Amino acid sequence: MNWNWGSKRMGKVFFLLLVREARLMFRRPGELVNPLVFFAIVISLFPLAVGPESQLLRTLSPGLVWVAALLAVLLSLDGLFRSDFEDGSLEQWVVSPHPLGVLVLAKVLAHWLFSGLPLVLLSPVLALMLGLPTDHIPVLLVSLLLGTPILSLLGAVGAALTVGLKRGGILLTLLILPLYIPVLILGSGVLQAALQGLPTLGFLLWMGSMLMLAITLTPLAIAAGIKISVGE
Amino acid sequence: MTDVFLQTRGLTCERDWRVLFSGLDLQIGRGQMLQVSGPNGSGKTSLLRLLAGLMQPTEGEILYQGQALGRQRHELARHTLWIGHAAGIKGLLTPEENLAWLTALQHGASDEAITTALHAVGLQGFEDVPCHTLSAGQQRRVGLARLYLPQAPALWILDEPFTALDKKAVAQLEQHLADHCEQGGMVIFTTHHELQQRPAGFFELELGQ
Repeated sequence: MNWNWGSKRMGKVFFLLLVREARLMFRRPGELVNPLVFFAIVISLFPLAVGPESQLLRTLSPGLVWVAALLAVLLSLDGLFRSDFEDGSLEQWVVSPHPLGVLVLAKVLAHWLFSGLPLVLLSPVLALMLGLPTDHIPVLLVSLLLGTPILSLLGAVGAALTVGLKRGGILLTLLILPLYIPVLILGSGVLQAALQGLPTLGFLLWMGSMLMLAITLTPLAIAAGIKISVGE
Repeated sequence: MTDVFLQTRGLTCERDWRVLFSGLDLQIGRGQMLQVSGPNGSGKTSLLRLLAGLMQPTEGEILYQGQALGRQRHELARHTLWIGHAAGIKGLLTPEENLAWLTALQHGASDEAITTALHAVGLQGFEDVPCHTLSAGQQRRVGLARLYLPQAPALWILDEPFTALDKKAVAQLEQHLADHCEQGGMVIFTTHHELQQRPAGFFELELGQ
């Protein structure tokens, strides 16, 4: 096998795929905004429903922000591979000489850059609305920065497996939610710890190692899922 | 027998517990053109997808230059161009962008080569409009423009390439496929259309007998 040929072109293809995804995203800005609006609406409903008791909201805020972020990511994942599946793009990826794992990693990275990252950037505003003290904002940002890519990568495994199904949305949720629970526990746990004045580094390191694990292993699972879906 | 490029041995394909074809022995070498024909549902598309590596055979094996696939999958992929029912064209991207991306997945091509290829399939003036505004036939041409790029792979596997094309475009494509075979390339395709031009290496496989 000619590895030299592959590695030289691989980096370029990775970059070109990111550019392609960016173009597609910005020509259909609705999909870009949807998860953000969802995230903002869910969080801004809580003060209205729970009542303006600031102490209660502050205690709940880590969990609320994380649950809302998790659902927003999940919502955006259903269509991750759908259009590429329907127009035959995935077939072209499977038959291309490039490793499918690298292509899907670029796809998920693009998805996170345009849906996960804006979510992370929006979160401080919403957290302040819930009464989270300002000095805990950096911890919130770091935990979401480490956590949301894990959510995207894990969700992509489910999206790859269910892309061939007519109504894969519910199945995707059932498949993926159990895998999201450790991330949710760690993510909101780190904020709870911060609120109680406990050290947070341990939690964040755990999340960092989970992210590394996800980056290494999930592309293989996503690629396998896509091969199954395309081969049906 | 050294010039056999792709070969199948005892290929069997089963879908939903129904055997589409079984024990299929087939070989194709440089300069040959294979038309897979047969009634609807006889497994034409499945055979093409098997050869392109999108599906795994139920039984049997595919040999690339006399050796079993497997580690050579990538080697074969570099020499194969697959255009299915859906050609991988994004409606939101322009023909130029679509073509640039699809060729980047293979060998890559210069901007001039892409423009030339789009002109060759009669899409001059449409390079910069989103593909979803094009007609079905024009979208088909965007996919087929890949065949007009320099450094196109040797083996073309085309599922119903003539669909939605007008008469003139069909004749042009037939000529192009024949030329490709004359120059040592290979074409495997399905169609219900009666070919007017057949190169020397033409042969037909009838499925569903």
